[in-house]
Amino acid sequence: MAKIVVDPITRIEGHLRIEAQVDGGRVADAWSSSTMFRGIEIILKGRDPRDAWLFTQRICGVCTMVHAGASVRAVENALGIAVPPNAQLIRQLILGAQTIQDHVIHFYHLSALDWVDAVNALQADPAKTAATAQSISEWPQSSATYFRGVQQKLKALADSGQLSILTNGYWGHPAYRLPPEVNLIAVAHYLEALDWQRRFIQVHAILGAKNPHPQTYLVGGVARPVDLSSQAALNDHDLAKMRELFREAAELVNQLYLPDLKAIASFYPEWTGYGAGVGNYLAYGDYPETVTGRYAEEAPSFFLPGGVIFQRQLDKLQPVDPGKITEYVTHSWYRYPDEGHGRQPIDGITDPHYTGPEPPYDFLKTDGKYSWIKAPRYEERPMEVGPLARMLVAYAAGHQKVRALTGQVLQDLKLDTTALFSTLGRHAARCLETVLLAGKMEDLLDRLSTSIGHGDLRIHNNEYWDPASWPKEASGHGTLEAPRGALGHWIRIKDRKILNYQAVVPSTWNGGPRDAAGQRGPYEAALVGTPVADPERPLEILRTIHSFDPCMACAVHLLDLRGRWRHAVRVV
Amino acid sequence: MTDTSSLQAALAHHGLTRRDFLKFCSALTTLLALPGNAAAQIAASLWRKPKPPVVYLEFQDCAGCTESLLRSPSPTIAQIVLSDVSLNYHETIMAAAGKQAEEAKQQTIREGGYLLMVEGSIPVGTRAACCIGGRSAVDLLKEAAAKAAAIVSVGNCACFGNIPAADPNPTGAVGVWDVVSGVSIVNMAGCPPNPANLAALVAHFITFRDLPKMDNLNRPLFAYGGRIHDYCERRAHFDAGRYVEAWGDEGHRLGWCLYKMGCKGPATFHNCPSIRWNLATSWPVGAGHGCVGCSEIRFWDRMTPFYERLPEAAVIHTKVDLNSIAKWMAVASAAGVAGHAVGSSIRGKLRSRDERKKQQGETREK
Repeated sequence: MAKIVVDPITRIEGHLRIEAQVDGGRVADAWSSSTMFRGIEIILKGRDPRDAWLFTQRICGVCTMVHAGASVRAVENALGIAVPPNAQLIRQLILGAQTIQDHVIHFYHLSALDWVDAVNALQADPAKTAATAQSISEWPQSSATYFRGVQQKLKALADSGQLSILTNGYWGHPAYRLPPEVNLIAVAHYLEALDWQRRFIQVHAILGAKNPHPQTYLVGGVARPVDLSSQAALNDHDLAKMRELFREAAELVNQLYLPDLKAIASFYPEWTGYGAGVGNYLAYGDYPETVTGRYAEEAPSFFLPGGVIFQRQLDKLQPVDPGKITEYVTHSWYRYPDEGHGRQPIDGITDPHYTGPEPPYDFLKTDGKYSWIKAPRYEERPMEVGPLARMLVAYAAGHQKVRALTGQVLQDLKLDTTALFSTLGRHAARCLETVLLAGKMEDLLDRLSTSIGHGDLRIHNNEYWDPASWPKEASGHGTLEAPRGALGHWIRIKDRKILNYQAVVPSTWNGGPRDAAGQRGPYEAALVGTPVADPERPLEILRTIHSFDPCMACAVHLLDLRGRWRHAVRVV
Repeated sequence: MTDTSSLQAALAHHGLTRRDFLKFCSALTTLLALPGNAAAQIAASLWRKPKPPVVYLEFQDCAGCTESLLRSPSPTIAQIVLSDVSLNYHETIMAAAGKQAEEAKQQTIREGGYLLMVEGSIPVGTRAACCIGGRSAVDLLKEAAAKAAAIVSVGNCACFGNIPAADPNPTGAVGVWDVVSGVSIVNMAGCPPNPANLAALVAHFITFRDLPKMDNLNRPLFAYGGRIHDYCERRAHFDAGRYVEAWGDEGHRLGWCLYKMGCKGPATFHNCPSIRWNLATSWPVGAGHGCVGCSEIRFWDRMTPFYERLPEAAVIHTKVDLNSIAKWMAVASAAGVAGHAVGSSIRGKLRSRDERKKQQGETREK
């Protein structure tokens, strides 16, 4: 059987390599390998736990802020700190804005070109394009003149002979199925969404100074003061600006993203039959409706609930228990004393041991260790996390809005719920979640406005700011629903310093390799059965991998419990 | 005859390594003699085609610099990649993948005369800590640098190693200029760099077909020529002795100085206060959190702990005795002087982790 390699997998965050065996035009087996690591958790050892969020935030600049959010929650959990309601709401607004922006960028800029033949858009008739656009959406920019203008820009690029980011794309590939007019709509909206995202993320600047890497988190709250009577604090200007940005986002999500998703999906119905993967789903849940300041206590009120689903059994939702998580290194470039068993994150060992081929290499040794990602398991099973997991858990929990939205989209596309367990199902779930959150932002803003309006100016709990007030030893964890899925940070503090830090990250769950029992990770499982029309141009592999929205810098988490790292790493 | 032993002794006395000295010499050479020639060479090679080709490599990165570039105010990212340049390789946003992506890059490299942009540090210790297409980052960087017209290190990781190189630097991560020589390198520092500065640099290339004037760390003066503290909107409060004492207190709500909350603005060269972030909406100090010094070399080790005020943190860019700074800072009228003293020297001594820990211990005991 021919083995093909796709490396780099582009249009993702980070460095991902897929090796696949293709037999009879389909993927028979696949291996997912992360080929980069940095060791941020090792760097954290011995540092001030109040600084940790700034370090962990740099785990990822695409889903920026999520590792900051999980980090302060972990330290607050360890030290028993309750954060004031305003801080809790500001953090939720930052997370919601991040998720909306991230999902839109993923659809248009990271994954659309898997389905959209950009060069084919040159063949479109602008008048027919306008008619098509107007039939699926009320978005105002939809005239023939407008689409002709976009087409001319594209033509200028093609005529220049310098295709820039479109160089060497899979243009003309038989797996592209959209008519030229839909391709042109998608190209136009690629550009509109690109312009929108930089305006929308002003929300992060208003609440957190800047993006990427907002700079406002504090252990115990946030650093953004609120005061309607001060020009230096969050005030009416900011509240009004955010409301405008949220309304604009809701319009874009409902009038561009959702109609485009449905339009594109309708041309690829067979992709609801590919890419199902492991069929197990996990979400911690997030966005508490009841604010107590202690995150763990707020779980029953989460707007997006937590839970676990095994084997697609939506009628058997189970509560999620982080204590049931273990990680394997059987196929990862690390060592355990006993590699036949997984280890819980709080007792994890990361003893790196690169046994891969010396670069340059053609193939990894996939029967042995082949990735810098560990293999996390929940009750010994591989789990998919992310928007699909969150929407399925919410659906199973009877979330009315999620049920109504999902039902509507499935009905429009003439599909049933089983269609969700697929490559296209992931895209649909991500879009539905964006619609849901875009409708939630004004509610969060109202709650913040009401709180400030009632004179609550608290943004930080100073009680435990001074490390002298801390116990000699403490440990805790913080969870968060990042755009790409369930994120958990674990911390041990000793003598006011970080003794040990570990993150189990969405793309670790989804992109991890096999475990001791040989169970494939979610990417690997999802690829099995994916058709590959032309092994020289494996467009279909990108489709299924991109549906997970990989974030590889996040996925590689490293921790050194006993300071052995430095000695274990050798020049290879 | 060169007396190397006394040169080394003199360098050691100032806390400088031989490498620091060589970098200083090369920066000086650039300043004194090279601009005209370099400009002509860059212009001649980059503009052989209608649009300058660009190869953008990502190594040990978080893609935050790329995300920052996507937020560019003007020219916008669409303008840059569709009209201003031909971005022939950029893993995060290019259409092609795998073999086709690598071919696009190889074609550009074969033709030569492109702008090479690099994001992320390069592991020279554990080379397998960053591989793309089965090749190591070191190998890929050297190959792409060999025929580049100029290099832009985008963000602190590519400039100086940054967070992967933070103590104990588990993978032996370094910046581009530690691996590459013989080609002009612009360091767009920051974690991430401000997209307005990246856009301005692209605009500078296109308008003047030349490199901008740079400081001794190869950072363009238009972005890194002034100290945050000197352009800070809260400077008047610093001068008047009005400080935030606790997060959320009255001073915090009124926008007073964040120096006592650990602000590193007095030791940081960056134009955040002038151009701000995200369409000039805000910036860290403006939004109530101190500067963390993210445009400075090795700020993760030299500016931490982030919430301790400057003279007590083992981070300073200076040969001036810390105690004397602390004394000056105690005198209200001399406060401004201390701020200037903090950033006055060229390259500070990089303290080891042990020294840092020791100092933290001493600070606590005070």
